Amino acid sequence: MVNKIWGSFIVIGLLYGFLTGKVEGMNQEVISCGSSSLELFFSMFPMMILWSGIMKIAQEAGILSFLSRLLRPFFSLIFPELKKDDPALQYIASNLTINMLGIHNASTPFGLKAMQCLQKNNPKKDTATKSMITFLVLNTSGVTLIATDILSIRSSMGSISPTDLLLVTILATIINTTLALLMNFYLGRERS
Amino acid sequence: MNFVTLGNYLLPVVVFLIIAVALYKKVSLFDVFIEGAKEGISLGFQVFPCLLGMIFGINLLLRSNLISDIFGFFSPLFTLFRVPKEILPLALIRPISGNASFAMMIDIFKTYGVDSYLGRIAAVMQGATDTTIYVISLYFGSIGIKNIRYALKAGLFADFITLVVSILLVSIFF
Repeated sequence: MVNKIWGSFIVIGLLYGFLTGKVEGMNQEVISCGSSSLELFFSMFPMMILWSGIMKIAQEAGILSFLSRLLRPFFSLIFPELKKDDPALQYIASNLTINMLGIHNASTPFGLKAMQCLQKNNPKKDTATKSMITFLVLNTSGVTLIATDILSIRSSMGSISPTDLLLVTILATIINTTLALLMNFYLGRERS
Repeated sequence: MNFVTLGNYLLPVVVFLIIAVALYKKVSLFDVFIEGAKEGISLGFQVFPCLLGMIFGINLLLRSNLISDIFGFFSPLFTLFRVPKEILPLALIRPISGNASFAMMIDIFKTYGVDSYLGRIAAVMQGATDTTIYVISLYFGSIGIKNIRYALKAGLFADFITLVVSILLVSIFF
């Protein structure tokens, strides 16, 4: 699936670029893509190392298991197939908490770690499990309570009250996460 | 206190809480930190190939302008459903690239104003959802999942819902 999406992005993009005479731009992209993704990587990488370290401290101090105990009622509802004390739930809980605060770069290490834990109990290593997809849906539907980056942009561009969208954004997040989870269960039931 | 300064507190407060609790519980802080940071390095190296590959594909698609051309073609249809057509390119890029859609949001702010109807929809859309394709390729790529089953469908559904919900809520409240 990922293979097909990736391949079609490239083939379709290039083909359309050729047909509409943007060969120069496409060429530019092929040449500069390596360094532009390296730039992005360099901006993420130190953050990942730092937060992996802090994550380990939080885990040793029992903060991660505290968070997952806090979210347990919610988790048993949306991850019925996982055991109550599954280690992945600790990382999922932390990933969600940090996402809610809108600190996306810091949440990535937790998310990757959660996926690794889920992968350990996966009988078919190349196929996504139900809980993996549920976690993914939680992430892509973006449970954000405070979108810090957008707030600061809005205020820097002279918004009269940058925070007036706060409640609307929270409401939108709650509605779309709920609907996305329902859809997720519907799709999951159908296939298994 | 205004909200932006409040936002500045978030990260330092999270760090403070974690370290303070760990100190109280007598965790051997620095050793544990180094151990975790080392794991972070290998995590980063695992992720980089996925990142580079995905950016390559996504940028080629964006550069070709195919997506914006498709919109130009279908825009009468969207006007029919009262979806403002200025918002559509953002809606389609949002699941594919967070950086590109962030830039588009700023463009909308510049063109129509931060506090305009369109500016508000753009901000809510950008804030209420996350980049589906990016999350799928990064998270699944790093653990070697090839068959993603219904993940894409579920993720794109979430993005579509966000589009509808943002427009509805902004029209209701403002």
